Amino acid sequence: MHTEVFYYDNKFPKYFAIATIVWGVIGMLVGVIAAFQMVFPVLNFSEYFPYLSFGRLRPVHTNAVIFAFVGNGIFTAIYYSIPRLLKTEMWSKRLSALHFWGWQLIIVLAALTLLAGFTTGKEYAELEWPIDILITIIWVIFGFNMFGTILTRRERHLYVAIWFFIASWVTVAILHITNSMELPVSLFKSYSVYAGVQDALVQWWYGHNAVAFFLTTPYLGLMYYFLPKAADRPVYSYRLSIVHFWSIIFIYIWAGPHHLLYTALPEWAQSLGTVFSIMLILPSWGGMLNGLFTLRGAWDRVREDPILKFMVVAVTCYGMATFEGPMMSLKNVNAISHYSDWTIAHVHIGALGWNGFLTFGMLYWLFPKMFNTTLYSRKLASTHFWIGTLGIVLYAIPMYWSAFRSYFMMKSFTPTGQLEYQFMDIVQTIVPFYFIRAIGGTLFLAGVIIMIYNLWKTAQEGKFIESERAEAAPLTKQYVAPAGSLWHSIIERKPLMLLTFSLIVVSIGGIVEIVPTFLIKENIPQLTSVKPYTPLELQGRDIYIREGCYTCHSQMIRPFRYEISRYGEYSKAGEFVYDHPYQWGSKRTGPDLARIGGKYSDAWHFNHMLDPQSMSPGSIMPAYPHLFETEIIKSTTISKIHAMRRLGVPYAEGYESQCIKDMEIQADKISNNLLKENKIEIKSESEIIALIAYLQRLGTDIKLKK
Amino acid sequence: MKFQHYLERISGIQIFPFISLLIFVCFFVGVSYWAFKIHKSKIKEYENIPFN
Repeated sequence: MHTEVFYYDNKFPKYFAIATIVWGVIGMLVGVIAAFQMVFPVLNFSEYFPYLSFGRLRPVHTNAVIFAFVGNGIFTAIYYSIPRLLKTEMWSKRLSALHFWGWQLIIVLAALTLLAGFTTGKEYAELEWPIDILITIIWVIFGFNMFGTILTRRERHLYVAIWFFIASWVTVAILHITNSMELPVSLFKSYSVYAGVQDALVQWWYGHNAVAFFLTTPYLGLMYYFLPKAADRPVYSYRLSIVHFWSIIFIYIWAGPHHLLYTALPEWAQSLGTVFSIMLILPSWGGMLNGLFTLRGAWDRVREDPILKFMVVAVTCYGMATFEGPMMSLKNVNAISHYSDWTIAHVHIGALGWNGFLTFGMLYWLFPKMFNTTLYSRKLASTHFWIGTLGIVLYAIPMYWSAFRSYFMMKSFTPTGQLEYQFMDIVQTIVPFYFIRAIGGTLFLAGVIIMIYNLWKTAQEGKFIESERAEAAPLTKQYVAPAGSLWHSIIERKPLMLLTFSLIVVSIGGIVEIVPTFLIKENIPQLTSVKPYTPLELQGRDIYIREGCYTCHSQMIRPFRYEISRYGEYSKAGEFVYDHPYQWGSKRTGPDLARIGGKYSDAWHFNHMLDPQSMSPGSIMPAYPHLFETEIIKSTTISKIHAMRRLGVPYAEGYESQCIKDMEIQADKISNNLLKENKIEIKSESEIIALIAYLQRLGTDIKLKK
Repeated sequence: MKFQHYLERISGIQIFPFISLLIFVCFFVGVSYWAFKIHKSKIKEYENIPFN
């Protein structure tokens, strides 16, 4: 049979692999710094500049690890495996280059803008609108390159790993576009087009599925290629992998609402999220067992081969996290885990164990192959494995402990019915756990440094093979399916049909959940007492978003006795109708702020923001001295009010001409009050005045009179 | 005051989860049936693609 000669490119897999390592180190280092900040607030360096405070650093950490470390890891796997699975070259070298450099540019822009305080305030989607557009463009370029390669293949059947890559590509595109719908106010400021409950639902539909289709399904594709390669035997059950694929992409998309249990989200959507989360155990464990059973008969090699060690622990962590996740979706368990360090432990079992270790396994396998040599030191790789494992253990256990400890303290009442512990008592008891966690993270990072040395030496000892010669017969144009083939065999060899089916499958869950919530938009209770924010409060809210306050403070009181006693009346859906974006938060390192308005005086907030420890001894909150120096740019108020009206907030027509004056009146009132009652001199234009106005407004619209 | 009271205005909203579950079960059965009907020789061929 006539065969064609072609070359597998190793340049871009190498580029992406190096980027994975570089961004991995940066992302993890930022995480370690953030972890130590929670023990030593001085590490926020607030006295010198605002850029490194926890609220700004945490989004850099999450975005860097997810989109830079794991993102480049995905691309490494795809650019290496797809040509080999399809017996062809990547479709376009130019698109490969555009994809690679475009993605790195996005990462750099992301890091700079997040540190500068440009953020949408939506978790894992914090990047502002120009970067969102850039992501879309680069994602489409990547898609063209991938589909071009698939369409010019020499292997008719698409191996299961490619299905995972295709489904991930299409789903991430939908998630990103839907969740990034925002109305620009200026070059680096926009408001989410959704508000309150809708915004929360869309955000967690996105957030959950970012975990699913960025951190999980592409890595399952990676597993289905690199694990058999490393173990040198085919996957345990190819049939199981097919069932695994379709059921996981079908079910995953439904489970988003489990992030919003006991919130103001409709009860039926919460239940749906729970049911599908429990069902998710089946395909997840199907995949995990398929991975582990691939090593049947090769367990003796696992003892000696560090690559297999990494992969086994990665798949085991995947199994643990995908069992734990559904358990956390049960409402009674979620009552404990939500807003607590349990969630942090859970995601790090996934990120450090599953994504981290699988990436390391892949890199240890890939570098010797690309450099035509053997690994420099298996012993060092084993040392990395053990240090990394110890790091994960030291990270996770204190977080679980802290979560349960804080839960029991939070819900503890005295015999006379008073809350037994102040919030600060709880913070102080869990700080030591934060310290151990930071040590765990440091160990994990130390392991990565060892890996870099090992891979560097491996590269030095070998010679980089830029392209590998291969040959294969082209596909015949007239293909006749063998007799008795089933309908699915058509999908398997028609990538665009596979894409369409994947799209339909993932869309069903999204539509069933999101559409009804939007249909009832007009029916969301328009509580007559809930009014739009005043211009000064709106400016204050934007400062709250800019400083990432939502990374530690929630604004959602759940209907539990111990929450209502501590924070006030539980939150209602109708209270958030003007919140573009919503700020419910997902973690309480500090107390809930949904009803903070009126609880303390303006002077208390003033002093607290200047020096939190002076008002709350033992607090680990950073100080915000720059808010006292910086002035609000008043002219931005006009475009902000205008944008909000366009999004449906009922500011009167023409209010733009009045808003600055109203803002000045309210600001003067606060600063005069501070001077008169507390002898505090502060310019009414200072940002702190706007922030105080916002904080004092929170939850007061329907606050019950005592 | 609770949000779900307003949802009751959409007629038959509670049927959504049941329909969804039904769709999934049918889909799952279909895929499983297909997966286990593939001929053994084909499976052998497919699972060895990474090694060819």
